Amino acid sequence: MRVRGDLALISSWITSNSKVLDLGCGDGKLLKLLKKEKNVQGYGVDSDIDKVKSSLDNDINVLQLDLDDDLSQFDANSFDYVVLAQSLQEIKRPRNLIKEMLRIGDEIIVSFPNMGHWSSRVQLLFKGIMPITKNLPFKWDETPNIHLCTIKDFIEFCNKNDFEIIEQLITDENQKCGFLTKFFPNFFGQVATYRIK
Amino acid sequence: MNTNLELNINNGIANIKGPLNLVSGKTLNNYQLKYETYGSLNKEKNNAVLICHALSGNHHAAGTYKGETKPGWWDNMIGPNKPINTNNLFVVCLNNLGGCHGSTGPVSIDSSTNKTYGSEFPIITVNDWVTSQKELMEYLNIPYWQFVVGGSLGGMQSFQWALQYPSLIKNSIIIAAAPKLTAQNIAFNEVARQAIMKDPNWHNGNYIEKGVNPDQGLALARMLGHITYLSDDSMKEKFGRDLQESKLKFNFDVEFQIESYLRYQGEKFVTGFDANTYLLMTKCLDYFDPIKDLGETLNDRLKNSKCRFLVLSFTSDWRFPPNRSREIVKILLNNNTNVSYAKIKSNGGHDAFLMENKDYFDVMRCFIKGSKHNEG
Repeated sequence: MRVRGDLALISSWITSNSKVLDLGCGDGKLLKLLKKEKNVQGYGVDSDIDKVKSSLDNDINVLQLDLDDDLSQFDANSFDYVVLAQSLQEIKRPRNLIKEMLRIGDEIIVSFPNMGHWSSRVQLLFKGIMPITKNLPFKWDETPNIHLCTIKDFIEFCNKNDFEIIEQLITDENQKCGFLTKFFPNFFGQVATYRIK
Repeated sequence: MNTNLELNINNGIANIKGPLNLVSGKTLNNYQLKYETYGSLNKEKNNAVLICHALSGNHHAAGTYKGETKPGWWDNMIGPNKPINTNNLFVVCLNNLGGCHGSTGPVSIDSSTNKTYGSEFPIITVNDWVTSQKELMEYLNIPYWQFVVGGSLGGMQSFQWALQYPSLIKNSIIIAAAPKLTAQNIAFNEVARQAIMKDPNWHNGNYIEKGVNPDQGLALARMLGHITYLSDDSMKEKFGRDLQESKLKFNFDVEFQIESYLRYQGEKFVTGFDANTYLLMTKCLDYFDPIKDLGETLNDRLKNSKCRFLVLSFTSDWRFPPNRSREIVKILLNNNTNVSYAKIKSNGGHDAFLMENKDYFDVMRCFIKGSKHNEG
């Protein structure tokens, strides 16, 4: 099984036998990986019925709920980890969602595509068009993404809202961390992943 | 439509020796359960499925009897290559205790008095049903159910199975159900009961002895029930404000098509259903409250359960709307059980669980396929 880089990274942060809630779980790849390698008790959440079907196909527990409206379904501190992998940009009220995640989980993991990546900047600066990248492949009028941000934006957002970042990992287009992503994360980082408490 | 040959349809009557100690404190010494089966039990005996019927259902879930045109009540769901695939599953459906389609119920003869039970038939609960269904399981030499499936009151039985016999059920599918009735739900049931009990032919429930039937009351009860099974949108779509004739008549005859439809539903229902059974079924619904009944032990039962759950709801169902299904999901989540939940888009109202719908059937297929991973 080939694993998306950010999912492997998220998996490395999760301890074995824990209880994990994966918001925007898609076809359930992350939970499938976690179930196999970490023996977690996992639940995916997705609002799209087709994603629900593919998760069931992958034998993943999946709940068809709306991330903006339905998370009251979950009790406080009922999960060890709540994960939001590359879905932050689709959320109507990101601040509320992160708060909800912190209420439900002991620790939360959030990853998102960085709009500050040089390829996005180049497209806007020289081509004058809304950036289209591997992680954000949609034209402006077709995108489900309504809250795109850069790494700098996200850090400021966390500071302002007292979301405590305990670890960050920035990877490039080859899903690797290197010299460039370390010293110029907002320019060379393509995906940013955070552990937050 | 299923052909009966492919479906391998068989039926029988299980004579079960009691006593069955009912939740009410009464006992039934011996009783009969009428059942029907589809497909065949495999060598490993790990492919048995129990189908639980809802308020007015019976054992005839799939296939069409010789000389009849109407198939069983869940024929679109059960059969070769259908979501509940009889090519590899052995499906059992029974008429529940207290029913009026061949199982012991108010229309049966009470051997201690040699008279029909009538209103003397004891009140049955979902718990009692599940106990009797386990007797049937043993009678058929089935070691456990791979799936217990039901919609509405049938879904409640599936949930109850997982709570009552957690080691005898591998997968529970709970469709368009709720963990208990609301005051509004009970209110509708009470109006239905009053309609029956206020019928001049009611005779305190002993109408069979008098050679009559409380048809008017039962038809009214069915009409009321039927309204709660449909959605506003589906009624609008089907009937709108269409008239039977071209203009208003300014009297109280049937004028709008919805009136004619409801009357037809009511009249059709009384030819095949017993009023005492109807009362029993509504009580069964009203009394269902496993969270209260089991208290703390509910958590113990679920915590050790390996059962997988699928909970399904329909967007336009206002009798047991999606948030009621999510109450069940919450209980299951809090006990770390394997549970999945889907909210199917449909304008069919509560009855959507009986209708063909691509998303609904796809989800059923995916979940049923997923159970293979849990074998062994």
